[in-house]
Amino acid sequence: MSVKIYIPGDSGALAVGADKVAMRMAEAISARDLDVEIVRNGSRGLYWLEPMVEIETAAGRVAYGPVKPSDVEGLLAAGLLEGGDHPLCLGTTADIPYLKRQTRLTFARCGITDPLSLEDYRNHGGLAGLTNAVAMRPEAIVQQVTESGLRGRGGAGFPTGIKWKTVLEAEGAQKYIVCNADEGDSGTFADRMIMEGDPFVLIEGMAIAGIATGATKGYLYTRSEYPHAIRMITRAIEIARQNNILGPSVLGSGHAFDMEVREGAGAYVCGEETALLESLEGRRGVVRAKPPLPAHKGFLGRPTVVNNVISLASVPIIMDKGADYYRDFGMGRSRGTIPVQIAGNVRYGGLFEAAFGMSLGELVDDIGGGSATGRPVKAVQVGGPLGAYFPREMFDTPFDYEAFTAKGGLIGHAGIVVFDDTADMLKQARFAFEFCAIESCGKCTPCRIGSTRGVEVIDQIAAGIEPEKQKELVADLCNTMKFGSLCALGGFTPYPVMSALTHFPEDFRPVPMSQAAE
Amino acid sequence: MDSCHMDADIASRTEAIVGRLKPLEGPLLPILHDIQAEFGYVPQASLPVIAHGLNLSRAEVHGVVSFYHDYRETPAGRHVIKLCRAEACQSMGGDALAERLLGLLGLDWHETSADGAVTIEPVYCLGLCACAPAAMVDGEVIGRLDADAVQDLAKAVRA
Repeated sequence: MSVKIYIPGDSGALAVGADKVAMRMAEAISARDLDVEIVRNGSRGLYWLEPMVEIETAAGRVAYGPVKPSDVEGLLAAGLLEGGDHPLCLGTTADIPYLKRQTRLTFARCGITDPLSLEDYRNHGGLAGLTNAVAMRPEAIVQQVTESGLRGRGGAGFPTGIKWKTVLEAEGAQKYIVCNADEGDSGTFADRMIMEGDPFVLIEGMAIAGIATGATKGYLYTRSEYPHAIRMITRAIEIARQNNILGPSVLGSGHAFDMEVREGAGAYVCGEETALLESLEGRRGVVRAKPPLPAHKGFLGRPTVVNNVISLASVPIIMDKGADYYRDFGMGRSRGTIPVQIAGNVRYGGLFEAAFGMSLGELVDDIGGGSATGRPVKAVQVGGPLGAYFPREMFDTPFDYEAFTAKGGLIGHAGIVVFDDTADMLKQARFAFEFCAIESCGKCTPCRIGSTRGVEVIDQIAAGIEPEKQKELVADLCNTMKFGSLCALGGFTPYPVMSALTHFPEDFRPVPMSQAAE
Repeated sequence: MDSCHMDADIASRTEAIVGRLKPLEGPLLPILHDIQAEFGYVPQASLPVIAHGLNLSRAEVHGVVSFYHDYRETPAGRHVIKLCRAEACQSMGGDALAERLLGLLGLDWHETSADGAVTIEPVYCLGLCACAPAAMVDGEVIGRLDADAVQDLAKAVRA
């Protein structure tokens, strides 16, 4: 049997040269006439170690990284194929502390399997959830998902089971499952990793959602900025169709479910579920007023489940291991695990899936290792461009939906962006308004006009023109946006702005003229 | 080809795309993506053909094309650089790198060089936030950009 070498095909690995490493490895292998198979797996999510090469040995997989193309010859000479010692050797992959400390439920297979091998998928527990689901009544599936405590991982945190129940009970000849894979928040890449590293788990989750609600058609709406993910999920759907995981009779159950991929066109606001539905229908991505809820009148006015990638990808393990198994992880009303994405100016950036409840400080300092530049961490933004900036004094906040809300922030899609002490929080507040102005769909006034006015007022503060008066104006404007906007884009832009202003007031004091002139 | 023949050519190629994708539920974005893939931009001459095929007004089609950042009104350069400007890349010095790259290319955002070699566009997140700063060049992703990488990039797209 040939030896297997794993070199990730995840875009995060490709961005730092994984293809070149794979090419050099293939050349070296063929020059030596070795019986070796190169598998392009997903990423384990240890991005500072990418490209991370793994070799399968009798004692488990051994990792090396970060590997450059020029390291390949040296690695082979050092006995790479037997897991030989080398300065880049990281030991047994499973024992790397960053991985060992995680609880990988949703990401159980990501980085381990060949993403397009259904055999790998089955061998690692795949399809067990769907197999259970097809033997159950829809009400029972919905019940199990409800009891698991799973809440929407896109950011809103709405109980997934309740949403499914609404669609199940809605009248309609045609219902839909729409997967929101429009992962536009800076600092997040969990959806991308699943689509590239374990696409079958998402397909399985969608099929279960379809059977549970009576929806026979699914759409996955993702970003044009994710071409690799689109390629992988599209191929995985074809494979799933050939193997009766999708089609007129899912796993021979008589339930029909099929799905297709739709590509967005560079509009951040389409991550908002109603704007997404408009876009999917072929219109401008303009937000709809709710009610009616998408569960009643969604895609083409028909009952529609709109769920985030991670919500759907967490369903198979719930259907496999049971609601209790999943619910037993976590804290308070935040049950199960959350794949936290640690990013930006951080030493150990990557994906860290753990039960809810870890403190922000543990994630940033302990797991993330502080800033990449080695300078003190000044602030972290949690939850994307609409999330609050947290100062070090608030690092004791546990990762939990309610705890973050209580601190004037949000978990969002669980991305953490770390900034060192060179960050200028006035500039970050200005960017929050600027981004809102660029991406506003234009439907409601507080967002459309407020964002542009916000940039202007911040510029006045920076210029030292009546700064105290301007700060009051910013607070007033944020209040209007928060309570007067139709969706989270205008409604949550105040989070980064006000948190920057509240927690970092020193950055909003204009530099005295004499000093500025020097 | 004179402009009249060119418009007729665009119209007939557009019609083929519309005919093929029309059966989809919500076919307009897939159609526009295919048109941009076919021509490198969404030509004005395509709009009435799409409108007719989907039973929409030309204004509705224009409204959709102009809403989305991805659709171009004119062809891009031979190389397209999309540089991430979002927070994770900012935290790793992305703003300074962006200034440097714009300076090296002598371009501002959304501009194409006079020789048609390169177009530079901002992008808000490529999902490469743990290997920031990041960019996408002709569909290929690049992470951990630094001053040297930016210099090489500017040279490569001009070659």
